[in-house]
Order: sequence, then C-alpha cells, then structure tokens
Amino acid sequence: MTQAFRIENGGLINRDKKLSFKFNGKTYLGYEGDTLASALLANGVHLVGRSFKYHRPRGFFGAGVDEPYAVVQLYRNGETEPNIKATEQELFEGLEAKSVNCWPSVNFDIGAINNFLKIFLPAGFYYKTFMWPKSFWYRIYEPFIRKAAGLGVASTKHDKERYEHKYEYCDLLIAGSGPSGLAGAYAAAKNGAKVILAEDKPRFGGSLLTSDVNIGNQSGKDWAEGIIAELKTMPNVVVKNRSQIFGYYDHNMLVMSEKVSDHLPSTKKYHPNKRLWYIRAKEVLISSGSIERPIVFGNNDTPGVMLSSAAKEYLKVYGVLVGRKPLVFTNNDSGYETAIEFKKHGVDPVVLDSRKNPESEIIDEAKNLGINIKNSYVVVAAQGYKKVKSADIASISEDKKQLGKIENIQCDCICVSGFWTPTVHLASQSGNKTKFKEEIDAFVPGQSKQNEITLGAANGVFSLEETLKTSFTAGSELSKKITENDNKVAIPNVVEKKSSQHDKFWCVPLPKGKNYKRFLDFQNDVAVSDVEIALREGYRSIEHVKRYTTLGMATDQGKTSNLNGLQLVSEIENKVVPAVGHTTFRPPYTPVSIGAIVGREVGKHSKPTRKSPMHSWHEKNNAVFVDAGVWLRPRYYKRGNENLFEASKREAKNVRTNVGVCDVTTLGKIDLKGPDAAELLNRVYTNAWLKLPVGKARYGVMLREDGIVMDDGTTTRISENHYHMTTTTAQAANVLSHLEYYLQLVWPELNVNVVSTTEQWAGAAIAGPKSRYLLQKLFPNSDVSNEGLPFMGYMEGDLFGVKARIFRISFSGELAYEVNVESDYGNFMWEKIMEVGEEFKIQPYGTEALSTLRIEMGHVAGSELDGRTIPFDNALEGLVSKKKDFIGKRSLQRSAFIAEDRQRIVGVVPLDKQTSIPEGSHLVKDDKAPLPNPKLGHISASCWSVEYDNPFSLAILKDGKNMIGQKLFAMSPLKNKVIPVEIVSSHYVDPKGERVRS
Amino acid sequence: MLYINCPHCGMRSQNEFSYGGDASVIRPELNKEVSDQEWDNFVYNRKSLRGKHLELWQHISGCRQWIKVERDTATHEIFRTFKADEEVA
Ligand SMILES: [Zn+2]
Repeated sequence: MTQAFRIENGGLINRDKKLSFKFNGKTYLGYEGDTLASALLANGVHLVGRSFKYHRPRGFFGAGVDEPYAVVQLYRNGETEPNIKATEQELFEGLEAKSVNCWPSVNFDIGAINNFLKIFLPAGFYYKTFMWPKSFWYRIYEPFIRKAAGLGVASTKHDKERYEHKYEYCDLLIAGSGPSGLAGAYAAAKNGAKVILAEDKPRFGGSLLTSDVNIGNQSGKDWAEGIIAELKTMPNVVVKNRSQIFGYYDHNMLVMSEKVSDHLPSTKKYHPNKRLWYIRAKEVLISSGSIERPIVFGNNDTPGVMLSSAAKEYLKVYGVLVGRKPLVFTNNDSGYETAIEFKKHGVDPVVLDSRKNPESEIIDEAKNLGINIKNSYVVVAAQGYKKVKSADIASISEDKKQLGKIENIQCDCICVSGFWTPTVHLASQSGNKTKFKEEIDAFVPGQSKQNEITLGAANGVFSLEETLKTSFTAGSELSKKITENDNKVAIPNVVEKKSSQHDKFWCVPLPKGKNYKRFLDFQNDVAVSDVEIALREGYRSIEHVKRYTTLGMATDQGKTSNLNGLQLVSEIENKVVPAVGHTTFRPPYTPVSIGAIVGREVGKHSKPTRKSPMHSWHEKNNAVFVDAGVWLRPRYYKRGNENLFEASKREAKNVRTNVGVCDVTTLGKIDLKGPDAAELLNRVYTNAWLKLPVGKARYGVMLREDGIVMDDGTTTRISENHYHMTTTTAQAANVLSHLEYYLQLVWPELNVNVVSTTEQWAGAAIAGPKSRYLLQKLFPNSDVSNEGLPFMGYMEGDLFGVKARIFRISFSGELAYEVNVESDYGNFMWEKIMEVGEEFKIQPYGTEALSTLRIEMGHVAGSELDGRTIPFDNALEGLVSKKKDFIGKRSLQRSAFIAEDRQRIVGVVPLDKQTSIPEGSHLVKDDKAPLPNPKLGHISASCWSVEYDNPFSLAILKDGKNMIGQKLFAMSPLKNKVIPVEIVSSHYVDPKGERVRS
Repeated sequence: MLYINCPHCGMRSQNEFSYGGDASVIRPELNKEVSDQEWDNFVYNRKSLRGKHLELWQHISGCRQWIKVERDTATHEIFRTFKADEEVA
C-alpha cells in the first residue's frame, strides 16, 4: 500500500524505518515517528469512526490531545485498550487498531439510522425518552444504547502490564515544553534549581516545531533542540516527554502520567507500561499553550474538516498532506500560515477569511505566493458524507447576519481556524479563578492561588518575543527565590511575523430553508440546535446546560467545544461571555489509564501480607489459610480428604478432649510502662484496674466515648510499672492510636509510655484438659499447678533455654495457657510444643475451630463487638464499674442504652438440631408476616457445637434477656432459608466457667 | 494531597497522617456531673465549619504524635500547626 499523501521530503519522521500496521483489519505502512493518525492520513484514510449519538462518519479533527473524534480501540501484545486517541498513539511495528462506535462496521453503521431520525434525538432526549416505560430500560433501551454507543470496550482479562508510582519533589515543575516552558526551564536550571520539564508529546518544542520563526539566528525548532540537549546534560534537570501533567491538587501537588511503553510493540522487561508521578513542586510554571478553536458551520463534522493548525502539523512534523485541494476557512492569520505551508509543497489552497480587509506580514506573504484569498467569505456547509467533496461558500455581510449567494467549490479538506483558546485547565484546577480576556475572546488565568504562574499562549500571549522574555525572567526569578543564585541568562533575538487582529466571528448563520447540523461538541454530538433547545426549556446555568445537552462532557472535556458553547449561550441570553462563566475544569485533563492510577497495588499487592513466625510450619503441615485483616492465619489443618467442616470439628473436639495449640501471634500487643499505667488502664477499661497485683492478668472491655464497645482483651501486670495489653487482631492499630490520643491530648499529666509490641512476640495458645500436663513438661522448672499458676495468673518461664511468658488465660473456655516468646524463637517454641505434646495427642487448630470453641462458650468476638453494641448487649455489664469513671461511661446512661427491652446476646439452636443457621440471618416472630418482616435480632456467629453435636449460633436479640425459651424463626432470604429455632443461653457449654479454673 | 508541617518531623504528605476531628472539643473532666446536652455536644455535635478550622491529625506513619492543624476547610490552606500541648493563640 502506498502512502499517497506523504510528501517527498520533510517532516520529523524517520523515513529509513518503515512500519506496518493494521486498521480495521487492513494493513498499511507508515514511518517511525508517525502517530496512528498521521500514518492513516498518509494513506488517505479519513474515516475513523462514528459519532456518539447520530453515528455520523467521523475523521480527524486535531493532531494531538485536543482530538475529539479519532478515538480507537488498540490491540497490542495480546492486550486491548479502549479510548485511545489516534492522534496521540505513536506508531509501532505490528500496531492494530479498530474503530469504535461502529456497529457492525465503520462503513455500514446501523446506528447511523439515528442520523435520519435525528428529529427524535434533540437535547435531553435520553432524559425524556428512555425514562418510560421503566421496564423498557433494561430490556430494550440500555442494551441498544450500549451496543450502539460508547468509546470502546474495556478488556475483561487480567492486565499483564505493570504500572509504577513515583513520588518526586522539585523546585520548579514546568508543564509543557514550548517556547515558554523551555525558556523558564533553562533560566531556572542555570540558577541551580531542581527542575522537572514535562511534555505530553514525544517531541519537545511545542509550537516551535511548526511555526516559521527564528530565535537567536536559528529556526525555532533548532533552538528548541539545542536547549533540550543542554538541559539533558544538567544533573539538576529532569526532562520527560510522553508525560502529561493531568491534575493540579492541593499544596502544589501535581500528578503526571508518563507513557513509558505505549510507543513500543511490547513493554520491555522490568519496565512499566506507565508511570504515575506524584510531584510536590515549590513553584509551577504552566506553559501548556493553546488549542485552536473551530468556527461553527453546517456539517462541520464531515471527515476532512479539521483544525488548520492540525493540517499544518501533519505537514510539517509528519510530511503528510491532509488533502490536495484544501480550503482554508479562517477568522485570523493562523489560517494563512497553513495555506502558505500547502503552497510551499505545491498544493494550491483557497483561503476564505471572514474579515473584510485584513492586513499583515503573513497575509502579504500569502498574497505574494499567489494564494487565492476571498475576504468576507465563509463556509456555509461542507458537502460529502464520508469525506468532504465540496463546500457551499458565500460572502457574508459586515454584521455577519446576511449570507450572499451560495456557491459550491470543489475541495477535499476544510482547514478551519477560529483563533486560539489558552489551555487554562491546570491553572483552573489549582484554584485560580480565570478571567475573560476580550482581545482574544477567551479565558486566561487570574490571580494565582497556589505557587503557580501561567505564561505564553496559555496566558493568552501569542507573541513569541513577549513569551520568551517573560518566561526567561520568570524562570530566573522563581529559582532565585529558592536557590539564591542569580545567574543571568541572555534573552535571544526573535524574528517573527506580526499578526493582525482576529475577527470575533465564530458561527456561520444558517441559510434560508436549510437546517444543517452545526456541531459545537464533536465528541458528544452536541449541535447549536441542542443548546438552543436547552435554553428554550429554561436551562440557564452553564453547568445545567452542560449536563442537559452533554456539551463538553466527553473524554475530550470540551477542549475544542467549550468556548463556542459559551459564545452561543451568551448570544442567545444576550449576555457577555464572562457573565455566562465557564464550567469547572476538573482533573484529569486527559483520560488516564486506571492501571496507572492503581499502580502496583493489585491482586495480593493491594495490601501487605503479614505472616507469623510459625507460618512456614503451618504451610508444611497442610494449613489452609484465611485472611484476617492483613494477616494470613491457618483456618484449619487438612488431613487426607477432609473438608473445612470435618477438619475444624476434629480440631475443636480434640481441644475439648485432649489438647490443642493455636497460633495467636496476630493478636495486637501493646507495652505500657510508667508510674501512671494503672491509672490509664483504669480510665480506658470499664472495670477496675488499680488493685491488679503483679503477676496477674485481667480481662477488660474498652468503650468509645459514645458508649459502644471498641475492643476487648487481657492485660497483664508484668512488674510494678509495666503492663502487657492484648487487643483483637483487627483493632490493634486503632487501640494504640486511642491510647496515644488520651495520653497526648486529654490527660498529658499521666506518665505512661505505650508502644506496639505485636511483632516482637510470637504467641501459642495451648488449650484443653491435658494442657497442664503438657505445660509441666515444657517448663519442668516452673510450678504450673493450679495453685502455682491459677486462672488469670502470669509467670515467666524457661522453655528449653528460651525466655518465655506464660499467661493462664482462655478464649476456648477450656483449661488453657498462652505462651509468648520473642518472635525469632516462635518456630522453636511451636516445634517444641508439638514434639512434647505428642504423648497428649496434641493437634494444631485453626481459626475455624477457635471460633467454634468460643461461640459455644458464649465468648464475644468481632462479630458481636461490631461497632453497634454496648457492654450490656454482650452480657458484659458485670465488668462495668459503678464506682469509677472511664471513657464512654456517661454515654451508657442514654435512654436507648438503658431501655427495658434492650438487645442482648443469646444462643440459638435450630429445632431440628440439624440445620445450620447462616450468619446474618434475621430473627423474626412470624415467618409468614408481610414484608418487611419486623426484625427482632440477627445471627452474629454460627458453629457446629462439638460438645452437643448440633448447630449452635449466637445472636443479638431485642429484649434478649427475656427471650430464653422462646421459639422464633431465623430467616435468610439470601440463602433462601427459614429455620424454626429456640432461644437459649449464650453460655451453651460450661455455663459456670468451671473448666478454665480446673 | 495536603502537605502538612509536623511540628516534630517537618513537611510531610497527607498520606502519613490520619485525621482526628475538631481540635477545639474539650473532654469533660472525669467524675464530673455532666448534663445530657453537654455530653452530646462533646460526643456528637460538631459545627462543620466552612473556613478556618482547628483540627487534630496524628502522624501515624511518622512520629505518632497527635498535632493540631489550623486549616481552611474550603481552600485547604494550612495556616499553622501546633504540638499537642502547644497553646493556640
Ligand atoms: Zn511527626
């Protein structure tokens, strides 16, 4: 396939390297340095997609980030990515892309029927029509819209690519490497400032790559290359191409997306696909330039209609002619620059200028080249369906209201220039309130809110000389403040052609009897008539008009449509544009890959994984693990073909009959030291702590100030001023912050230090009637008899030469101990326990058996302490001191908390003693009551009681204390179960608690 | 992301901190008779100001100190930061 529209020479592409690529299944050739757009245009392909609503044929409108149409689905290295702008996607060997919005194909599109039915698709159509009847939405409207619209399809596969996050700090961050950015970077770098210069395109230089100017006796492009080359050698400067700063956040934090691999056929080993930079900058120079805006005319969305600056860029950067019979339609001098480029490459353009008699150096040059110029002329409508074939043109009166006789002229592209819109997005995101600048009919940044300055075209300054002067100066001044260096940089001479004043004209009136669609927003198919309807229907705020018509709402964020939309509203409303105001600019400036935002935090890396020191033993012994917060804990140890139910039953049974050992390392541990430690505990826990002797442990419950139980656990007095607190696994971090809060802010007079020791201790719970025999063998030199180490006692022991802490505490309700050793000895301890315990038939048990044991004993855990219950609800009111004050005590007097029928923990047994009750089931009185069936309580935890060999559950039940013996129903609509149950005491096993004291 | 000057550690990004609410709230003294209204004001009632707000942050991934931050809730501008025991004038 020949590249028929590629000129012989010129452009910045590498003609030595041909690349082949596929578009919609057809193979084409391009060059290294092309974008997908330039390569397609080189091959004469203008039809790339269908529009969002009417499915009209769409081509290329821009040459970069502003492109509203040419959004494609990309296929690369077995992956697919939607919403890729063909104008930004660099070509690589083997690239494959497909059109979106086309069903079944770009050339024959069923949705185009919308175009013929467009009378039914005005503004607000979606709101008005698809609302009714409701049942049609899911069955008919939504599937149709989904199939017929959209900007591509997200892959459903796991993304194999890697994305990185990077945090960076700098003195000066510069957004955009055009003349302003280069000058600012250079001056600041010479002052020794740490500079980051970001450019979204592959090539640095911005407008200098395409404009016909001289800086310091070099072409603009050569000057830019020289500056970049020098910046790259400086250690205090980072220059990044393919890097878009898309968000300006609080306190000068900006976020940049660097495309590391998108221009390559596949990502290199150890490289990310994209890198997201979080940059905290002391100062920011916004040199993001400006985007040409269109003039609105009939059928202005026809493929072949494009911005004149884009046509110039395709020619100068890529060596591509967008047409051989170009029509340039302009209201300012920029159109002439494009016309001159065409002429220089042997193509004869026709220029239509809406102005009557403009004069300037550029226009003189065009005239001297013999270019056909028609003044006071406009394009009324483009003709042609899948490609511009001709244009209806006419003269226009000075007041721009009357069109002359309509003529038709042949052309194959229409290059349109309606002057320039500064890119104020980043400035606006920083909190800067933009102001309207009359001379350029556009908004520019106003007063700086953060440490940011906007210069050059982004600030509405289109003179290169002024841009360079202000930017060199700003670069020097900003860096001087930071580095205190003052190295003067000479400002180079500039040769540029002076322009004349642009025409405020932006929209061609409709000729009599014609109702061409005149589009404002090309990506979202919003036409002039849609905005007129919205205003006629009473929408006034520009934010409302935007949402009703979807003007400026698509992925291009109204880059080309914004100002013309405002012009229209201001005209109809008879207001000036600044009175209409613009909609809010929000990040991101351009679409950002979700993968880049997520970074490395995917799959198992989405949170850290914590493992106990005994983890490898568990692994070797067939543990099946479960996530407990960020910890991995053994859920059960599989033997043979056992399932979870069988294994956990076996393990729990063994604890009740012999002895078991459970890894409890994950419990939160906090060390408290200081003369006021007891006083702190006394204020934090609901029960009394001042008289706890050394060598004793106590169970405690702590509340939040609102009276809700926050956590429970045991705390042991290790020595006079030293306590060891345990918390639940889940609340460990919160409890530490809670203690620090009171010590630092509320009671700073208390002399206590707290520190987390969770990771310093490995813990093993040894539980069961034979646990004391085992302990005696583990600690032959210690007296661990019932007298020597009574229930809630504590001692230190020697475990085969390793210092150990022995606590006689029990969560399982059996005679039990907890042994702690320093973490590094955890595995040693565990292996010794298993080795010595063999004669007592020891078995390890996991969290499932642990739950079973605690549930049938009626011991509460996280599922009862769920942030909604007070001590009474958990039958813990016996631990609430009446004498002393403590955190949250006052709240316990709230009327709901002392209500007679207050909810309370109960036990629940199915009447058939067979059916397990799903956790979360609701308890109701009447299973046949109409919905919503009044809920009396809910099942908080369920197990299979190994003591009684039937299902048993805990529930939080309204008026629980008076409900024992009642028959209710446990209903789980989720599991489609209705189970008749009896309410029993929550202390199902050993209600008097004799075993723990035995 | 805010940039917070921890009085103990210096300028640090917000993701090292956790928010702790209104710093002007004073806990009633222990063992003191408190009316329902006073207690509700302490536990629940907050002004949700627009503008200058004195609030608590804890430098959880740093020095673990609770600090006071004077911040504008609308603009996020941070005016001053204080140690827990520092008087706010
Ligand atoms: Zn700190």
